[in-house]
Amino acid sequence: MDIREGLGYTKTHEWVLREGDLAKVGITAVAAEQLGEIVYVEPPEEGSHLTRDEEAGIIESVKAASPLYAPLSGEVTEVNSTLEDSPEAVNEAPYENYLYILRMDDPDEWDGLMGPEDYRKFCEEEEE
Amino acid sequence: MADQVIFDKSRPGRRGFIFDPETVPGVTGTEGIDLRDLRKDAPRLPQISELELVRHYTNLSRKNFGVDVGFYPLGSCTMKYNPKVNEKTAGFAGFTNLHPLQDEADTQGTLELMQSLKEGLCEVTGMKEGTLSPFAGAQGEFTGMKLFKAYFRDRGESGRTRILVPDSSHGTNPASAHIAGFEVVELPSNREGLIDPAEVARHCDERLAGIMMTNPNTLGLFESEILTIAGMVHQAGGLLYYDGANFNAIMGKAKPGNMGFDCVHLNLHKTFSTPHGGGGPGAGPVLVGEKLSPYLPEPVTERKDGKVGFAPPRRKSIGRVSGFYGNVGVLVRAFTYLLANGGDGLTAVSEMAVLNAAYLKKQLKHLIEIPYGRKCMHEFVLSAQTLKEETGISALDIAKGLLERGIHPPTIYFPLNVKEALMVEPTETESREILDTLVEALKEIVALARENPAELKASPRNTWVGRVDEVLAARKPRVNHFSE
Amino acid sequence: MARYFPHTGEEVRQMLEVLGSSRVEELFSDIPEDIRSTASLNLSSGLAEYRVEKELSRLSEMNRTGKVCFLGCGAYDHVIPAVVSALASRGEYLTSYTPYQPEISQGVLQTIFEFQTMMAELTGLEVSNASLYDGATAAAEAAVMALNSSAKADTILYSEGLHPAIKQVLATFFYDQPVKLEELPVQAGLVDLKALSSRLDETVAGVLIQSPNIYGLIEPIRDISGLAHEAGALSLVSANPLSLGLLTPPGEQGADIAVGDTQPLGLPLNYGGPSAGFIAATKPLLRKLPGRIVGETVDTRGRRAYVLTLQAREQHIKRQRATSNICSNQALAAVMNTVYLAAVGPEGLKEAALQSSAKARYLARKLKEILGAGIVGGESFFNEFTLDLPCPAAEFNRFMGEQGFLAGVDLKKLQTGTPGNLLTVAVTEKRTLEELDRYVAEAAAFMHHREGKRG
Repeated sequence: MDIREGLGYTKTHEWVLREGDLAKVGITAVAAEQLGEIVYVEPPEEGSHLTRDEEAGIIESVKAASPLYAPLSGEVTEVNSTLEDSPEAVNEAPYENYLYILRMDDPDEWDGLMGPEDYRKFCEEEEE
Repeated sequence: MADQVIFDKSRPGRRGFIFDPETVPGVTGTEGIDLRDLRKDAPRLPQISELELVRHYTNLSRKNFGVDVGFYPLGSCTMKYNPKVNEKTAGFAGFTNLHPLQDEADTQGTLELMQSLKEGLCEVTGMKEGTLSPFAGAQGEFTGMKLFKAYFRDRGESGRTRILVPDSSHGTNPASAHIAGFEVVELPSNREGLIDPAEVARHCDERLAGIMMTNPNTLGLFESEILTIAGMVHQAGGLLYYDGANFNAIMGKAKPGNMGFDCVHLNLHKTFSTPHGGGGPGAGPVLVGEKLSPYLPEPVTERKDGKVGFAPPRRKSIGRVSGFYGNVGVLVRAFTYLLANGGDGLTAVSEMAVLNAAYLKKQLKHLIEIPYGRKCMHEFVLSAQTLKEETGISALDIAKGLLERGIHPPTIYFPLNVKEALMVEPTETESREILDTLVEALKEIVALARENPAELKASPRNTWVGRVDEVLAARKPRVNHFSE
Repeated sequence: MARYFPHTGEEVRQMLEVLGSSRVEELFSDIPEDIRSTASLNLSSGLAEYRVEKELSRLSEMNRTGKVCFLGCGAYDHVIPAVVSALASRGEYLTSYTPYQPEISQGVLQTIFEFQTMMAELTGLEVSNASLYDGATAAAEAAVMALNSSAKADTILYSEGLHPAIKQVLATFFYDQPVKLEELPVQAGLVDLKALSSRLDETVAGVLIQSPNIYGLIEPIRDISGLAHEAGALSLVSANPLSLGLLTPPGEQGADIAVGDTQPLGLPLNYGGPSAGFIAATKPLLRKLPGRIVGETVDTRGRRAYVLTLQAREQHIKRQRATSNICSNQALAAVMNTVYLAAVGPEGLKEAALQSSAKARYLARKLKEILGAGIVGGESFFNEFTLDLPCPAAEFNRFMGEQGFLAGVDLKKLQTGTPGNLLTVAVTEKRTLEELDRYVAEAAAFMHHREGKRG
């Protein structure tokens, strides 16, 4: 299982990289594998405000259209536009291809995310 | 030539069908129309002779598999033989030349047919009234869910927002409930593949609107606890919805009305032999008991003073679900089937459907895993999970292997609660020899899976096209021949 | 009695033996006693095929289809080339299932791809789906798309000029949903642009109109689209597809989504069904289109092939999160439409549209004179026009019916509250000059008869 250090994780398989008060969000290798070949990404709109756990977009493969969930609350400052033409980049390198960046409303929410070890355990339990 | 689209065959100036060039004295067709509203560029429709046209679509049809071509054991779809007499009767000019807005005095034949069909369907299902207008099963479900909504609103119980759905249900069930505005709760099937009353009990509170089920369920198993479940749901103030997709198993044997269902939809293109047509038109009539009758959408036919007409719209009706009266041409076919079979015939249909499935299941039992041990009815589910783990060959590969052997595969990856699922429904119109060919083909495929899986991965090799790139189609969708 | 299953008594016995059972009834033992039917079904016995045919024939003859048809309002008596049913009734098209296994379904898939292309061409929009149930439900689906395209807007404005059944279907569809449906009044039969302009704001997701509308009139689509877009709403147009052989397509007039019913394109009247609904949209809306879509791709050997695509959006994958629950389309109807459009070609379609339009004008002018009737909205109609009669439409219809004419639709029958003197008359290329002149003659007789009664 490809799980990286230094990231926060959600139960819905998003990873988060903290950069000051900004948070870069993507989906994990586990999610990418479950989805299969990704055909389309619909990230949240730039400038929109997200609340933690609310639906923040869709990621589509041939067999499933999965909602993305906001790991934290905040305003979306940037969206990775290269994914529009090359959604397969998420399969190739899920941790190098973020979906969007948001400015955190409340840095304390960060503590609500899982660390790499807890995420690993969570994934193992889910498999059973 | 063989792979061309019709547009490739177009040649400027060629004509197929010619209209009688009748000119009208003193007037042209464009007078009074603002110039800007007149089309400048003709649409790029093909310009082609009639023979070219006939060859194109005839050759295309030959690249297509249908029940008329071969065995189609698609679980949950009931791909039975579509009798040709249905086409004949549906083509009678007295039916086809009727405009929907003609006075009822002019349309007594079709109205009588619709009323009689409805009465027949009510008898077979044990229900009281109904509407024939939903265009398909999914729309029937949507209509049913709207009926539930109206019923609860009328009783001041709009807080009943939850619909329970088995995890084995057809995707349209939760989708229909959701679109109608309900919250969907999935119930896990137990080890036997059935719904446990205890699971239902957990949700029997004031938020319960009801439960959507099919019986036998998508695993082909009869939900034997249905009366208990019905009692619980009714006791808690909810309603029961019957998805009629699997009705081919129980005609003359049991009636959803006697199982406690308040609302039933039937798929006439499944159980009642109307052709699938490559994906429609079908019909999904909705039949109800007393509770939901006041909310039926218009039009509802009724007998009055020796005639048949459309009843005045019910005061509490949910409105309309179709522009006119539904797929009437399909209803004519279903009624033809009903007359041809009668009560005895329909009962025999279910008996033979179940016999065929049980026989097939017995022959396949030791070949591919069957996850549930109970007696199957008209369909059963195989799981290729073990085979996949051992050989890498999945349900998809098995399906492609069957295509290569001239048999349409069973439904794959459904129901969702079985891994690497293959849902097999032979229907009653197949002979024993045909069933045996499926058994032989699967034996070959399983052997190949162990000996030479690469061959299976490459199949089908003898069909008009091989496996297609679905990822490309979804990433860079090209849905119009003229797009860049 | 018909018997479509092959089993002989002996075969049944043998198969039961394989199962270790002696009676077929044992196969149903999982059905609890208290549910098991004890009596046989209360239906008459099955009939032999020719008796079935005879009974259906008897019923069909109870219908009166001999009158000359001038009824429209969503279903039209157009000419249908023989090739349409000849090709669509081929068993490979007729008896196939949804093309989920593309390798053996290229016939249906390619035909539907051609249908999608043709509908895109007709509507002037870039993408079309594989068809929906009918025109009315397609309009509801367009409204859903508009609502899904906006984060906040919750209102759909629709024109009074929509077919009443579409209004009812919309109301039923959105019953109990957090969606507002508001009717825009018409002015002289057309959308009241001032009313539209003053109502538009950020709460509106889409503006839905029909053109030609229920009175037969061509709406100012360009102006309506412009106003909608200024307010950030989508422009939704329900159109008669055959009219698009002559009229400027909605896509060239700012429409974002075009819908309608394909019955005029080669499908018989059939008492209202089956037909197919179509939905076409601008490219950016592709992924929001409901229902099935066929896409072009390649197979393992690089050959061009067709496949159902964007299925993740459909109900069978998205389940609870589906934007629409539609499962089947009306594939066979769409196949018939495709054959029709290929048979008539661009010239033929224009010819059918022009003749329909010319003949409608001919009749309208004469009736206006003979009946002393006004034409709602003037002469800016396609092949349908609404007469403002000096008497109840029902009275006129009764008289004309006795003379063998289905003279027109009494709009009051479609929607209560409508004045009772409005008659919508539809004329197609199928109507001959002789039939038109006879209609006029009978209308004159009606007036004479009326005056005689009064005198």
